[in-house]
Amino acid sequence: MGMKADFKLIDDNGLRIDGRLPNQLRPLRMEVGVVQRANGSAFVEWGGNKIIAAVYGPREAYPKHIQDPNRAVIRARYNMAAFSVDERKRPGPDRRSVELSKVISEALTSVVFVERFPRTSIDVYIEVLQADAGTRVAGITAASLALADAGIPMRDIIVGCAAGKVDGVVVLDLNKEEDNYGEADVPMAILPRTGEIALLQMDGNMTYEELTNAMDMAIDAAKEIHELQVKALKEKYRGDEHDY
Amino acid sequence: MTTKFSEGVVAESKRTYINKLAQQGTRIDGRGFDDVRPIKITTGYIPRAEGSALVELGETKVLVGIKIEPGEPFPDTPDMGIMTTNVELVPLSSPTFEPGPPTEEAIELARVVDRGIRESHAINMEKLVIEEGEKVWVVFIDMHILNYSGNLFDACGIGAIAALATAKVPAERHGVGEDFPLPVEHYPVPITFAKIGEWIVADPNLDEESIASARLTVTTNEEGMINAMQKGLFGTFTYDEVKKVINRSLDIGKKVREIILGDINGEEN
Repeated sequence: MGMKADFKLIDDNGLRIDGRLPNQLRPLRMEVGVVQRANGSAFVEWGGNKIIAAVYGPREAYPKHIQDPNRAVIRARYNMAAFSVDERKRPGPDRRSVELSKVISEALTSVVFVERFPRTSIDVYIEVLQADAGTRVAGITAASLALADAGIPMRDIIVGCAAGKVDGVVVLDLNKEEDNYGEADVPMAILPRTGEIALLQMDGNMTYEELTNAMDMAIDAAKEIHELQVKALKEKYRGDEHDY
Repeated sequence: MTTKFSEGVVAESKRTYINKLAQQGTRIDGRGFDDVRPIKITTGYIPRAEGSALVELGETKVLVGIKIEPGEPFPDTPDMGIMTTNVELVPLSSPTFEPGPPTEEAIELARVVDRGIRESHAINMEKLVIEEGEKVWVVFIDMHILNYSGNLFDACGIGAIAALATAKVPAERHGVGEDFPLPVEHYPVPITFAKIGEWIVADPNLDEESIASARLTVTTNEEGMINAMQKGLFGTFTYDEVKKVINRSLDIGKKVREIILGDINGEEN
């Protein structure tokens, strides 16, 4: 956010630099069951983002002091590979990834029936292999697929989606240039069945009108993304019939 | 489940009591849902710092200190100053805070305050250049929690803007011209809401924060623009609730901003 662009992000026809309409998603591909050793896993390719998520658990929580006698603790770890961005990222957690891991853990906890697995942890590892803006929402989308793949009971398959504002226009699913030079970004995680909001962040400069337009767009797109999630899950489990 | 931002274990009877009060439209400390606790701001509390503000939000107490030093600009913004934000959950302020490196709670808190100030362009960073590409002013916002009694997000946000607005850039000490007031041009104010049962209350106190299912902070500026939002905790909000919270934060933020500006100007006279 915030850097000044010396080029137009929206052209005279109202199209974006990658040719998309304001309310159009980038190409999105999902695959379930990509990490053999994990209890559940998923790969999401979203625009230039390549993100893999894997779930381990529910398993006995360590260290012991994090155990909760009433529920499972969901520990999501959002991590960017050193080579995932233009300028090498120093490996290991930075302040940004600590914050994102926290809000992602909280969002996932809102859908999982955590009270069924006391004293356990459900570890969700999100690795950003290549980053192209919107990594946290792509990561959440992959993580909820991985949780479903692990057979962990949930009340919904959560969907991540972002909207924002570039050159004064409210747009869906910002790409890298729009994220760098745009005026606002609103990452959300939505429960597609109920429309509840499990993750909501925003930074930038927006009127109430613009902000609600952006949220409307993300909520609409969540349905489309959710269909792709269901399709990816069916893809894997349809194959199972022939295995037995 | 206990988190850092809670009383620890909350008695079931208290939980029931707070819920019962909410049904009657009131709160454990007698406030209405949109009432913020009394705010007291003492700017210039730490004369050694370039700017400072001691903020009391009800029983919650936060001390914000601003230090400003020359430093190297970031390569991608050679014509802008730098701002960094840090929160210390000082262990003396709550039994749930422990010494050690910043926890995820402290990091989130600092980053939410940072976003409000940064995205509203509260500080005109272009006026903080000493020599383009070589030397700029670095503004350090350090927030010390002195008593934790709920809603650190708003106490820190209020303290940060009050301290910044009364800060001076120490140019003389560093031999680069005359001292000048830090160029603060916008006044972002965060308002935090807690969801308790089906009710949503502004500026949650310690009891309310301890039993809240979800939290939402909305930072708005004096032009009625929204600059930052952060949802927290394990619960969810409906879209309708989010829209109402944003509107409420615009209204409450306006009142809180008047208090901040009144206190800042009182100090200057």
